Amino acid sequence: MTPDDIKRVIIDALTRIAPEIDPASIEPGASFRDQLDLDSMDFLNFVLALHDRLGVDIPEVDYPRLYALDGAVAYLASKTGAN
Amino acid sequence: MPSLGADMEAGTLVEWLKHPGDGVTRGDIIAVVDTAKGAIEIEVFEDGTIESVHVKPGEKVPVGTVLALIRGTGPERPGHPPGHPSAAAALRTPPAAPMPNAPAVAPAAPAAPSPAQAAAREQPGRVRVSPLARKLAADLGVDLTHMTGTGAQAAITREDVERAAAALKTPAPQPPAPPPDRSTAMRATIAAAMARSKREIPHYYLSTTIDISVALAWLRKENEKRPITQRLLPAALLIKTVALALRDVPELNGYWIDGGFRKGAGIHIGSAISLRGGGLVAPALHDADTLDLTTLMRQLQDLVARARTGSLRSSELADPTITVTNLGEQGVESTFGIIYPPQVALVGFGKIMERPWIGSGKIEARPLLTATLSADHRASDGHRGGVFLTAIDRLLQTPERL
Amino acid sequence: MGTTTYREAVRTALTEALVKDPRVFLMGEDVGKYGGSYAVSKGLLAEFGPERIRDTPLSESTFVGAGIGAALGGMRPIVEVMTVNFSLLALDQIVNNAATIRHMSGGQFSIPLVIRMATGAGRQLAAQHAHSLEGWYAHIPGIRIVAPATLEDARGMLWTALEDPDPVLIFEHQTLYNMEGPLADEAGAVDIDHAAIRRPGKDLSLITYGGTLGKTLQAAETLASEGIDAEVIDLRTLRPLDMATILDSVKKTHRAVIVDEGWKSGSLSAEIVARLVEHAFYELDAPLARVCSAEVPIPYPKHLEDAALPQPPAIVAAAREVVGRRG
Repeated sequence: MTPDDIKRVIIDALTRIAPEIDPASIEPGASFRDQLDLDSMDFLNFVLALHDRLGVDIPEVDYPRLYALDGAVAYLASKTGAN
Repeated sequence: MPSLGADMEAGTLVEWLKHPGDGVTRGDIIAVVDTAKGAIEIEVFEDGTIESVHVKPGEKVPVGTVLALIRGTGPERPGHPPGHPSAAAALRTPPAAPMPNAPAVAPAAPAAPSPAQAAAREQPGRVRVSPLARKLAADLGVDLTHMTGTGAQAAITREDVERAAAALKTPAPQPPAPPPDRSTAMRATIAAAMARSKREIPHYYLSTTIDISVALAWLRKENEKRPITQRLLPAALLIKTVALALRDVPELNGYWIDGGFRKGAGIHIGSAISLRGGGLVAPALHDADTLDLTTLMRQLQDLVARARTGSLRSSELADPTITVTNLGEQGVESTFGIIYPPQVALVGFGKIMERPWIGSGKIEARPLLTATLSADHRASDGHRGGVFLTAIDRLLQTPERL
Repeated sequence: MGTTTYREAVRTALTEALVKDPRVFLMGEDVGKYGGSYAVSKGLLAEFGPERIRDTPLSESTFVGAGIGAALGGMRPIVEVMTVNFSLLALDQIVNNAATIRHMSGGQFSIPLVIRMATGAGRQLAAQHAHSLEGWYAHIPGIRIVAPATLEDARGMLWTALEDPDPVLIFEHQTLYNMEGPLADEAGAVDIDHAAIRRPGKDLSLITYGGTLGKTLQAAETLASEGIDAEVIDLRTLRPLDMATILDSVKKTHRAVIVDEGWKSGSLSAEIVARLVEHAFYELDAPLARVCSAEVPIPYPKHLEDAALPQPPAIVAAAREVVGRRG
């Protein structure tokens, strides 16, 4: 799985939670919660979706690493062994 | 047509999931109704067999309209011919749901000194409506609340209702206007409920700051042990805390109806859920005080998901006995909410923030939470509200017991 | 079509019955030589003889009982009681015998008896001669109660009552005897089952019978001049009540005022109100109302008697109240 695949998974999970967003408008370095108006339940669902699709376990202490697109891709790539 | 909240006046039947001849059991979902809050699944509150349905898909009817008759499973009432369902078994609003449009205050009768009008003044607040007019108003969907009667003893008559019905019809433009979209309807619904609340409910507001470090530490450890699918959010802890605190202060849990407090049949926490694109709903987590945290969290997740996809159930909308709002999610320190009538209290939680805190004589950085209470002063006093917020603080210091 | 009076119409009916059926005879106090207390039977003694026009002792219980016996024996007696007040002396015969024998005998015997009596006030006859107790009789199963209020009914109800195999009580209001008007020469028997619409209207139903029909029609005309279109129902038969006609009318007008010279308490007017509430509640667009006699023994002085009885202004006022201020 390439970082692009991971990015697609992330975007897909986000658009399921917030169907109205334009994926192209997501700024890679800014927090999803601020950009997309996610609350903690949305964020939990986001993490659950990533867990489902990628089969990775994400401990709660790592949640901050998923707050923005760049960091999330990097974190998940390391977890899935993508390169 | 059940009332799914104080602000609901009518609903449109979308589809019947059960049909004449089908057996039904209390709790079954028998129909889907469209309201300003989305498509709601209507549960049944009787065991029996559907005898007949009286509203067709696509029909919009006022709250209180009989949707279907259900033949009960009990013995026939004596003198009741076979084939005639018991009127008592008519599909009805769950008992806990207050009727929102209970007689509103009537305009004072004109001061002409006839004995009949003097009699009319003996019962202030009761709108006089002739039986015929009441039936016709129900058939035509005319709201009698603010109508002035021209009949005997200033009662609303058939002619008054017909005039009002005609007035409703006339403004319809030639090409029928497209129905207002859901968010417009919801905006109107919220507007009506909140305006009524501010008009009728004498709110008082209390606030307290809670050191939530112990609860968060416990939650962190707990979530480490839990698989990802069973992790808890702070919201689950807070809802459970509110539910348990209400056991100590039951006068915050229930409704103000007809000039008196009516205690909630259970502790059903309405959890304010904002919807993407605007608006909010606050459906109930039933008997939240009896749920363990895992179950409560699972139900909360399910409730939020269904609120946002528009598939809530009638009891979830009709039953809340108090509302909890968690605006802290959006970064505000505290929230002083407007009570959702006829409920008598609303609990608000602000953002959890690290702030200086003095403990054991030392200034430390601690995660703090501002908990607020908006309460109806008719139903409770500030002292009891204070007891309630203190109980929330106390309960959050022993999270393992929640 | 000639002009006649209510009194003459009743007399014509009596004459016709006596001529047509040899089993028919008339008996009562002063019906023969005196000609009847209201002169209804004047001349009949000379025409039909003392066998068929029989004066009786002043004993209502006796001669009503004799009438029941004669009816049992195959005759068709017409018993005249001077006023409804006096009929109370025959209450045992009427209620315990006439009304019950068909039922007590398992249908073996019937009582084809007709009892005529004057009722009501308005002629300064005071409290012992002026009450309207027909509502009491309308309480009793086993008898039929009729109240002719028009010349046609005065002329036609008697024969139909004689044909009924069970007892029929005819209440003739004492103020009606002098009522004069046209009556078709060929007028004859009329039904005694149905109420009649004496004036069609759409805004409210005025329900009455007997002596108050004329006052009610008069009130309806006043109301019409104010734009209120009242329907006037003449009950005609007080037992059994023709509820179908009443209900049809109220379902059309959605309002009703009952005008009854009886008192309100426990009365025929109360019965009609109750049945309207039972059967037409969701048709009602206003409270039901009644115009009845004041709850006093009917007074003797003219002004007090007038004040005690239902009068057109009271009927008009009640109708206005029920209709409300219409926009």
